[in-house]
Amino acid sequence: MSNQNRNKVGFRKYGFLLEQLVKRDFKVKYRRSYLGMIWSLLNPLLMMSVQYIVFSSIFKSNIENFMVYLLAGITLFNFISEATNNALISITGNAPLITKVYLPMYIFPIAKVISSSINLFLSMIPMLLMVVITGSPINLYTPLIFINLLLALVFCIGLGFVLATLMTLFRDTQFLWSIVLLIWMYATPIFYPVSIIPAKYAFIYMLNPLYHFISAARTILLSGVAPSLQSYLILICISFGSFALGWLFFVKNQDRFIHHL
Amino acid sequence: MIKIVNISIRYRLATDRINSLKEYVIKFLKRDLHYQTFEALNNVSFEVERGQVIGIIGRNGAGKSTLLKVIAGILKPYKGKIQVNGNVVPMLELGSGFDHDLTGRENIYLNGAILGYSKKFLTSKYEEILEFSDLGTFIDTPIRNYSSGMLMRLAFSIATVVHPEILIVDEILSVGDENFQKKSKNRMLELMSGGTTVLFVSHDLKQIEELCDKVLWLEKGNVMMFDKTEKVVVAYHDFMSSNG
Repeated sequence: MSNQNRNKVGFRKYGFLLEQLVKRDFKVKYRRSYLGMIWSLLNPLLMMSVQYIVFSSIFKSNIENFMVYLLAGITLFNFISEATNNALISITGNAPLITKVYLPMYIFPIAKVISSSINLFLSMIPMLLMVVITGSPINLYTPLIFINLLLALVFCIGLGFVLATLMTLFRDTQFLWSIVLLIWMYATPIFYPVSIIPAKYAFIYMLNPLYHFISAARTILLSGVAPSLQSYLILICISFGSFALGWLFFVKNQDRFIHHL
Repeated sequence: MIKIVNISIRYRLATDRINSLKEYVIKFLKRDLHYQTFEALNNVSFEVERGQVIGIIGRNGAGKSTLLKVIAGILKPYKGKIQVNGNVVPMLELGSGFDHDLTGRENIYLNGAILGYSKKFLTSKYEEILEFSDLGTFIDTPIRNYSSGMLMRLAFSIATVVHPEILIVDEILSVGDENFQKKSKNRMLELMSGGTTVLFVSHDLKQIEELCDKVLWLEKGNVMMFDKTEKVVVAYHDFMSSNG
């Protein structure tokens, strides 16, 4: 089978592999724990509680419905952090396999981001519960949040492609990335209001993709209205732009991976 | 079936490989970015026809495994052309496609997906795989509890359940106990007579003589000989006894 042929049958054949890889991650994650899958619900709930207690007590803010404000930001940030960290090691971690059998390598970062997104989608259950409890509106627009999450998923796959490539070529990437994530977290209005930033620095937020994701999610969850068409256009550009650039970067370098594994 | 024309594979030597950004920058600034390279394969050409069983012999580091990787599509030669018609199934080394926290049953599906089988196919062949592997009720325990023989039996059963057009075997024919060895050898012979093209690396010349139609002899990345089994084995023997 020539390489050309390989790509043609690729998607049919490797769809099943993708499914198996995601299933594997999910099964292995909780296999030896007593509570098993319940952790996927319990974990975000506990994380949210701790973060809420910490931030609401040390950070006295006059943000309305701080609970949902904080959770919308934290949940998205946690997803991006988990997904990118997993995608980062997806090639190096599968070295024993990649060096022995021909597989399309792009499948590994994608599988890792999808695996991580399972937690994201499950954490919407406690999230929406909080929305109800705190009296924010649940309405026709609420399901839009899932479109936002799917766009975030696409965004992370693109980022994952870049990180997996860099990591394979330079192992320093993992250390640098954890620093970048830390800076990114503090530079994003997750637990502080946007208003504390002087107007002349506001452009920084316009350049921060995470900010756009978080503020669109807050629009839906806090105010119960649909984000503007403009903000969806921005999100679509960010996510598919990330995907396209990441893909190009990955494909351009993937033939070199084998020499670095 | 497989046509290889003048391929060369070049590795950068491990000591010069740069895996850290700092090293890269420093060497880049010092204009020290030249690599010591080494040719793992050098202008290798040969052709294999459908259904042939080809043995690959040579000393350690001769490029045998590298060649199999090229044929499997894992390594891209920097020079030369390669044409492979048919699906290639590599017989994986012990456990490289397995997840040790999953059960044998789950691993059949995972490993099968890695080898490119469809879900429908695996479900229909599941009983056959289970039966051939002799694992019985162990199939539902996590494979980290398996012995290496059991793992190999499972891997072998999954890899050979399909009749691949091209099967790549890197020195694993001696798996399991005597009983299973007999069984796996029969399965190999069955595949070979059924039109599967087999490429296998072995240091066991007896095995090579028994199974192969032709033998490719590699020495330091070059093809020393590619001919009928008897001829190559005799020449290889002479070479080895005079060169140690």
